[in-house]
Amino acid sequence: MAKHLLSCTVNDEPVEVLVQPWDTLLDALRERIGLTGPKEGCGTGDCGACTVHFDGKPIASCLLLAMQARGHNVRTIEGLGRPGALHPLQDAFVRHGVPQCGFCIPGVLMAAAALLTENPRPTQEEIRYGIAGNLCRCTGYTKMLAAITEAAGATAGRRS
Amino acid sequence: MRRFELVLPENVEDCVKALAQGGAEAKLLAGGTDLLPQMKNGLLKPARVIDLSGIARLRAIEPGNGQGIRIGSAVTARMLELDRAVRAHYLSLAESGALVGSVQVRNLATLGGNLCNAAPSADMAPPLLALDAEAVITGPKGERRVPIAAFFTGVRRTVLAPEELLVELAVPNPGPRSGGNYLRHTPRRELDIAVVGVASQLSLANGVCTKARIALAAVAPVPLRATAAEQALEGQAVTPDRIARAADLAVEAARPIGDQRGSADFRRHLVRVLTRRTLTTALARASA
Repeated sequence: MAKHLLSCTVNDEPVEVLVQPWDTLLDALRERIGLTGPKEGCGTGDCGACTVHFDGKPIASCLLLAMQARGHNVRTIEGLGRPGALHPLQDAFVRHGVPQCGFCIPGVLMAAAALLTENPRPTQEEIRYGIAGNLCRCTGYTKMLAAITEAAGATAGRRS
Repeated sequence: MRRFELVLPENVEDCVKALAQGGAEAKLLAGGTDLLPQMKNGLLKPARVIDLSGIARLRAIEPGNGQGIRIGSAVTARMLELDRAVRAHYLSLAESGALVGSVQVRNLATLGGNLCNAAPSADMAPPLLALDAEAVITGPKGERRVPIAAFFTGVRRTVLAPEELLVELAVPNPGPRSGGNYLRHTPRRELDIAVVGVASQLSLANGVCTKARIALAAVAPVPLRATAAEQALEGQAVTPDRIARAADLAVEAARPIGDQRGSADFRRHLVRVLTRRTLTTALARASA
């Protein structure tokens, strides 16, 4: 079966890449575009490790076929901040020492970043709800909540 | 995943043609949150997958003919959760959208997918039953409309023929003096499947209930209405006693099985509790 040409935007750059019909967006990002920040944990949308932004909204990239991203904007953890210019959430995660094994962190950061874009001053309840789709097998949720709370204060203050 | 041919139609007509050519070997792909896991674990092995994401009409929420609203079958759970018009007049449907999966899943999962997968526990089915929605279906022979109460024919079975597509849901506006609510019970708060789900909708005039709808999920092979419970409320003032009586009658409509998520007795208990709670909230919203 013929490969398809996927044209989309990834981390603000236009991308054209050949994909198989059965490649997921996560497959295309990791194996064809070389962005290994999004991780495959469960492959069924339960763990959130593959979370990316799709037209600004958080999705499980393991549940979208690559070709369903045609014409859309995708952002991965690689496009959230960069060394020397970290996103406030990344900065807070580093200072709070949130990552343990680190596998869930790209997904958690993308979910939290989407939450703060939609809701710059979330309550604790809203933060918990916003990252409910992200599992951390190290169970490092307490520090995540502290770091997201701090970053929310910083970003909300900066915007107002 | 097993190999398949991927078709990317940009309108409903091309989609129906691709379905007719694919026959029973074709599968429609909307949000993928049910289909892709089943393809990954080998439960489903379609030779042809037809992607609905390129068909703009299926992703629209628009005013219906006259009063009411038309909701495209590929509208996501997250869109239902946040859409102002849906929240204003069809709140139980927005509530069901908000309960599905995580935000990452709700941004993918669709109304049409929830209905066409036809799980007895489908969260979006009870609100649509309680709102007297109609399914708008298209196929090679043209368009037809089916009341949502007649849409489900069994566990994971619907009235859709293999070459037909669910295009949208037409939902009549219940009016200003009407209120609804959807609640479900799950052991986990997030990313879980309803042990029982109940939607209620009450319309009032001069303190009397003019129309009552109570719909149940996960207590029978298909989502169903508790019509005897509805009739016990219509034409009367809705009092706590009458709500309790309706909740008892709703239990009689349920035909639950016992499984790993809950025993049949527990499910009957949940029907009573959730019917009482949703009716109480629906009454408060209709009176507000």
